[in-house]
Amino acid sequence: MSTGLSKPPDSTDAGDLAPRHDAADLPGDPRLRTVIEPPQGWQVINFGELWRYRELLLFLCWRDVKVRYKQTALGAAWAILQPAMMMAVFMVFFGRLAGVSTGEIPQSLFFLSGILPWFFFSTALTNAANSVVGSERLITRIYFPRLAIPFATVAAAAVDLVVACGLLAAMVVGYSVAGYTIAPGWTLLMVPVAIGLVGLTAAGLGAFLAALNVAYRDFRYVVPFFIQLGMFATPAIYMRPTAGEGEAVALLRALNPMNSLIETFRAGVLGGPVPWGRLGVAAAIAVVVFLAGCLYFRRVEERFADIV
Amino acid sequence: MTAIRVAGLGKSYQVSHAGQRRGYRTLRETLVETAQAPLRRLRGRRSAAQTTEEFWALKDVSFDVAPGEVVGIIGNNGAGKSTLLKILSRITKPTTGRVVLNGRVGSLLEVGTGFHPELTGRENIYLNGSILGMSQKEIDRRFDEIVAFAEVERFLDTPVKRYSSGMYVRLAFAVAAHLEPEILIVDEVLAVGDAGFQKKCIQRMGEVAHGGRTVILVSHDLPMVGKLSNRLIWIKDGQVHQTGRPAEVIDAYQSHAVQVVQQEAVVDLSSHPNRSRRYTPLLKQLRLFGADGRPASAFPVGGRVDLEIDLRRPSGVAETYASVDICDLGGSPVGQLSTETHPLLGTTGGLDCTYCCRFEPILLMPGEYTLNVRLGDMEDYRDVVMSAARFTVLPADHFGSGRLPERKFGPVVLCGEWTVN
Repeated sequence: MSTGLSKPPDSTDAGDLAPRHDAADLPGDPRLRTVIEPPQGWQVINFGELWRYRELLLFLCWRDVKVRYKQTALGAAWAILQPAMMMAVFMVFFGRLAGVSTGEIPQSLFFLSGILPWFFFSTALTNAANSVVGSERLITRIYFPRLAIPFATVAAAAVDLVVACGLLAAMVVGYSVAGYTIAPGWTLLMVPVAIGLVGLTAAGLGAFLAALNVAYRDFRYVVPFFIQLGMFATPAIYMRPTAGEGEAVALLRALNPMNSLIETFRAGVLGGPVPWGRLGVAAAIAVVVFLAGCLYFRRVEERFADIV
Repeated sequence: MTAIRVAGLGKSYQVSHAGQRRGYRTLRETLVETAQAPLRRLRGRRSAAQTTEEFWALKDVSFDVAPGEVVGIIGNNGAGKSTLLKILSRITKPTTGRVVLNGRVGSLLEVGTGFHPELTGRENIYLNGSILGMSQKEIDRRFDEIVAFAEVERFLDTPVKRYSSGMYVRLAFAVAAHLEPEILIVDEVLAVGDAGFQKKCIQRMGEVAHGGRTVILVSHDLPMVGKLSNRLIWIKDGQVHQTGRPAEVIDAYQSHAVQVVQQEAVVDLSSHPNRSRRYTPLLKQLRLFGADGRPASAFPVGGRVDLEIDLRRPSGVAETYASVDICDLGGSPVGQLSTETHPLLGTTGGLDCTYCCRFEPILLMPGEYTLNVRLGDMEDYRDVVMSAARFTVLPADHFGSGRLPERKFGPVVLCGEWTVN
């Protein structure tokens, strides 16, 4: 588009540009035209704009990841160590002390394959919930689609997950070489599906909580508690489905989308049966949560700079 | 085709009666308020919402900017300039009105937005550039220029937290200075760093301003903004007060500030015309007394002035600070007297009190000066009246030599002694 770079008006021009009060649309390339108007209730989720700002989203994600491991002695190894330590704790408490059986699957594999997606979810959610308040300086100084903020934290958590999956992959290879029947095969395709859906749920819930947190700071204290609760409400992390389970547990398994997604992840990695029905339900829930969370965020985001 | 059209723009905020605007609240407060609502209605009391007021930071602002024009925006503190820029930069939404911008918009409301102390200079250039709206390719292309402008080649790979404040600010400005949008919106970021770098900044802003870009510029540096702009808009109390050629508008603005200030010994601060609308009136009255204890507004060099400020301290605040700063008629600051710097004696129990300041000796060159009065707490200003009063310093033989230095050497009278061997 021609930017109309005429010679700058002579400084001797009288300032006689009487503004007209009709805000009629002006000619020009619509791609580069911005219209600013008072807030108008529910807003469409601006996927197009987010795509245009994708580089910024990646930079924000890159910044989070880099900063997390700067000046640590172990650096990115923490992405592996944290879930590994949790796996060890589970093996002691659920495996030894509570006597939970994981069948033919080695305990470490069973627990780790449940812990990794949960870790991704809980880290993404916790960080996303605090992300907008934490970016107060950015929000009050410069414009960019605000959804990029919680989305970038989910992406950063995904990076950690990918690093930790290295450990998981090594363990799978090790165990199958050692003789266990672990044959992922085509089910490996379900791994990115499961992770994608977990990410979608985390992004939606995270955006919702991030927006709520701006207006009501209480939520930063509530989120960790609910995540703890969530872990107990997701038996797939630490328990195989057993015949003698109570109704409550069965209900949790059916309704909690994280449950089905973790089961799918584990099936994908270890080659077990994929729970298609429950996966379908979880996928539907993930999409609904994502859209609802983003819609709420968009509705409230115009007031962020005023109240953060 | 205009580059920017602003029509009927308005922005209002809810201000709570305590005079602050605190946007967030706790869930507890909302729940308690909702629970109490039926009770309140029974008692016939007004609802909680009525304890807030609507404050219009901007009201019915309209103007057009042609492509390539440089428009400067001036006005007192609290007039609404920053709010206008925030709306143009899409940081906050207007309450009424509409803005149409034709062209890629770049906003500079501060330098170093998004800088992270743990990242290196190189990494921050990319991060900051991306936040400002540059694509990675653009940053690659201009990377060397940015580094050269900032003069930080040797420290590119050191974390920015190790930079001196000068280096930090130079790097931040360098990235911002290489932004190339069609429309540039700038808020007082301009000259940063030491004198040499400041010159570079102003020169760079001049290049950008006359490079065919459309620029909207807010600054308190009247000479600079007058030189760079094709046109000035004076925003007063949230509205466009005057627009026109820089020289005319600056003249009108300055004479307004000075006119309003009467040269009087007793000045009413609570309804002072220069009072910023942003604050609730806590400052009530200012009185000036000469060495003889009588009200006066002219004092000799080396003499004494006693200032008395009646004010109401904000409730719920532990420590309040009062300060008076002195400027010459051109607006250049000369000095400050403040309870933070100078000793404060005495205590007071109630909220209404009088702060007295003895300014002695008056080591200012003869001439006219204005006083700004401020009241604040540990975090922020609570009330400010700029150009609240005017006083004259009269020539006097302070040194016994019958002479004083020439005014061109500065507004301060220095004390010293010479001996020769």
